[in-house]
Amino acid sequence: MSTTVQAGSSPPPSAPPAAPARRRRRRGGGRLRGLLVRLAELVAVLLVVSFGTFALVSLMDTDPAVTILGEGHEPEEYAQVREDLGLNDPLLVRYADWLGSALQGDLGTSVVPPYHDVADRIAAALPVSVELAVLGMAMALLFSIPLAMWSAYHAGGRVDRIVSAGTFGVLSVPSFLAGLLVIMVFANGLGWFPRAEWSRLSEGVPDNLYHAFLPALTIALAETAMFTRILRNDLITTLQEDFILAAKAKGMGTVHVLVSDALRPSSFSMITLMGISLGRLIGSTVIVEYLFALPGMGTLVIGAANTGDYVTVQGAVLLIAVIYVVTNALIDLSYGYLDPRVRRSHV
Amino acid sequence: MTDTSLRLEERPAAPAAPLLVVDGLRTVISTARGELNAVDGVSLTLAPGEALGIVGESGSGKSVLGRTIMGLHTSGPGMTVTGSVHFDGRDIQRLPARGLRELWGASIGMVFQDPMTALNPVKKIGTHLTETLRKHRGLDRAQARARALELLALVGIPDPARRIDQYPHEMSGGMRQRVVIAMALANEPKLLIADEPTTALDVTVQRQILDLLDRLRSELGMALILISHNLGVVAGRTDRVAVMYAGRVVETADSRSLFDRPHHPYTEALLAAIPRLEEAPHLRLEAIDGSPPDMVRPPSGCRFAPRCRYAREDCLQVVPDLRPADDAPLDPAGVVPPGRHLHACYHPVDRSGES
Amino acid sequence: MSERTMSPVELPAEPAAAVPPVGEPGQAPTSRPRPWRGLLLTVAGVVALVAVVVGLRETGWTQAGAALAAFVLLYLGLAELGRHRFGASFDLTLWLCVVWLVLLVGSAIAAPLLPLGEHEDIATTMMDPAMARPDLTSEFPLGTNNFGLDLLSRVVYGARASLVVSIGAVLIGMVVGGTVGILAGYFRRSTDRVVGIFTNSLLAVPPLILLIALATVLEPTLRNIAFALSLLALPSMIRMARASTMAFAQREFVLAGKAMGASSSRIMFRELLPNVLLPLASYGMVIVSVLIVAEASLSFLGLGIQAPAPSWGNMIAEGEGRVFEEHPHIVLVPGTVLFLTVFAFNALGEKARKRFDPRSAKL
Repeated sequence: MSTTVQAGSSPPPSAPPAAPARRRRRRGGGRLRGLLVRLAELVAVLLVVSFGTFALVSLMDTDPAVTILGEGHEPEEYAQVREDLGLNDPLLVRYADWLGSALQGDLGTSVVPPYHDVADRIAAALPVSVELAVLGMAMALLFSIPLAMWSAYHAGGRVDRIVSAGTFGVLSVPSFLAGLLVIMVFANGLGWFPRAEWSRLSEGVPDNLYHAFLPALTIALAETAMFTRILRNDLITTLQEDFILAAKAKGMGTVHVLVSDALRPSSFSMITLMGISLGRLIGSTVIVEYLFALPGMGTLVIGAANTGDYVTVQGAVLLIAVIYVVTNALIDLSYGYLDPRVRRSHV
Repeated sequence: MTDTSLRLEERPAAPAAPLLVVDGLRTVISTARGELNAVDGVSLTLAPGEALGIVGESGSGKSVLGRTIMGLHTSGPGMTVTGSVHFDGRDIQRLPARGLRELWGASIGMVFQDPMTALNPVKKIGTHLTETLRKHRGLDRAQARARALELLALVGIPDPARRIDQYPHEMSGGMRQRVVIAMALANEPKLLIADEPTTALDVTVQRQILDLLDRLRSELGMALILISHNLGVVAGRTDRVAVMYAGRVVETADSRSLFDRPHHPYTEALLAAIPRLEEAPHLRLEAIDGSPPDMVRPPSGCRFAPRCRYAREDCLQVVPDLRPADDAPLDPAGVVPPGRHLHACYHPVDRSGES
Repeated sequence: MSERTMSPVELPAEPAAAVPPVGEPGQAPTSRPRPWRGLLLTVAGVVALVAVVVGLRETGWTQAGAALAAFVLLYLGLAELGRHRFGASFDLTLWLCVVWLVLLVGSAIAAPLLPLGEHEDIATTMMDPAMARPDLTSEFPLGTNNFGLDLLSRVVYGARASLVVSIGAVLIGMVVGGTVGILAGYFRRSTDRVVGIFTNSLLAVPPLILLIALATVLEPTLRNIAFALSLLALPSMIRMARASTMAFAQREFVLAGKAMGASSSRIMFRELLPNVLLPLASYGMVIVSVLIVAEASLSFLGLGIQAPAPSWGNMIAEGEGRVFEEHPHIVLVPGTVLFLTVFAFNALGEKARKRFDPRSAKL
């Protein structure tokens, strides 16, 4: 075969190494420096959040001592309780103490009966919430991707308009209302699924999934609606690109074009979407757990909030915030890694 | 369409059965302003292995013609296609989607204008090639990869083994266009439609790509439709040229004759507009006054008349048909022998530059 | 290789334009529907509605279903009439949203003046029927709750509370967020860094969790709730103000101000603020519905507006457990109102975004 001399074009830069480029500055050192800056910002944010959570107590209108002892005690007793709780020390000292303990896994003891160890309770409740959130997100993806593809491919058609109206309607229903309706119809009404019961993963997967199905579905509703809308728009844009036409002109089938050509570029916005919806997801999980009376973080936090158990609230909020921030950062990082266009550095 | 249209069965057998027969093709696109007659009655034929150049300015409808011939534009919401396109005996416009998909990539290949956007940025080069190979030829992964490597070498990409796993953004425009060509040729189609294949490339690369197309055509015995607004691209690389204006073919002849002796005023003006190296650099360029007609409300009569320096009264009345230069008699079936020079003008330009 | 002759093109009727005259741009004569169908449907809808209200009392779901069908008829009829009268681009849904919001806000503002039943003082309703079903012709058009409180007036007063709190939160967000954002955008450097960290920290806590945490320590007064909600809107307001400021701070009129010796605060106040206000206000309108939902969620959990003061959230909470099955109207009345309000805000916000900022018209 003849190899044509390419007078006009010089070979482009070779394929880059795998590490993601965070900031487009100088080579080598630029990347590392960018990463460190981000890390520093992350730590700063976490510190501020933890301090804010801790200092929340100082906003309290009620005296924690009163919450614990109740009304009608002698001033000395209240003072004693305050002393015991360390409430007389300067704020920063208390904060440092608390943070120090927290980093070692000790989040304090609840100030209301039955005086649980906060870290223990959280450790028991967290897996439930995580499982629900993950299942909910998975269901949402499962429903929204085909729905979005169908809508985008027949943009403007009947299915598209119905889906559009439907998702808009679903998004206008607050999650607690949707949850109530779901419970009324499926749990109490038809009795297909249970409510107020939970079976741990350790006790068997099928049973666990049976209990998790309805709450996860409720969580998935709002997420599905949001994903479908955004993914549909994104796909419509992608479908107008030239390479879609070129793929069709190669004779590739509709499904192939949709999945292989259109979905791939859109998958990055999907990942970003997942990151953005994380906050809403956590909120939904909290409400759904409360509605279904499941032993997760949601019930824990809401219960603590209702009884004024600020220690538990502090610990739970700290943990949730940390998970949220770290997950977001990971998603950011992975985004940079997955998109081959971003993967190339400094060109 | 009308009496003079021919049905394939009635025609006497031509020396080699034509590969492509376009008959009275019209593509009407619905726009906000009205119905746009993008292709306004085009008929042409193409023999196997023949190269046809379609030349016209922007808005002449040449790209729409190319896509309608391929079947990418068919009657549907927003678009109406009338007339027929017979490829290898089958009417493309009547084929169901599945039939089209069997043709595309296997019997007909298309090379698009912009190599920067014709490739999926998140897919490897190799995948672009192997997926069409596996679909149309049923090759397995290893065979497809091997064939893809061959193809890359065929289109002149150095170091194919490294390139095959690269992504489009890692290649220059010229190389990408080579890949696009490789994609179109992967299954050795009988016809390649190249829509402005070099417009988005540098001049030096343009020539390489055109040379490549030349070479591949002779190696594979492929027919080619080369669409361009650039006469230079089409000259010398095609057997016949059709000049399009306002959705119609206004002149067609074999390349040599067209460039030596253009008949239609538009062709003459196009040729005159090409700046020549021999001429003094300070001379004004010969542009064609005016602009193409609005194809939503096309003028009656010859579409070029408003801009034509030879226009007369009768030009404004009825649109001229495409007819042979010498009024040699057509046979009863209306077939024009090959090699004839046709023009759609009442007052064509003759040798002395008058009409 | 042969060419075929062109068949002659159809000759135009006159030498002039061969295209038939088109009517007004974008509208073919046949798209205006006759008024007959519209009128018929509208009348049918109204008649059906009256029949349902009067004739199907006490039949619960049947009545609700039939009423829904009647509404659909009415909707279709009015839509046709609207298209006939105003052209094909008439969108009934949008107009209905506007009407709903006007009604809602109007009645919320005028609540004390309206002839409404008792909405929170359970002492006065001891003798009134509890859990009465909605019956538009009775004394309690939307029914009563467990304590005999009239649901219609509770819905209106609930709207009052929700709107006050949400709009208050938006205003706080605009004032505080706008200021901080302008400062960050104008002074850049360390100010910007600090504000950035603060904003990210606020965003680092999922919204509902933030609200719950605040609810633990703050008394659930209207002021505190508004403050808590404003924290939800704050980060976006800050970012928007900052972005606008940075865009405008490069422009000539700011440089001119500086050249004339204007102080920083003067520049910020006189030049930058007016330009920043518009995007903030438009975002504020959009986010009101989010805040209404947040407030409702909070009240539903018992952490927001406290019973017996009505809020749609705590009204829905009254229907928890088995109550919902036996007395669905307890949940459905406030639930429907909440849904319609959020829907209306969202629809209008979407439309406004499409018109004023086509790039971000995607939801």
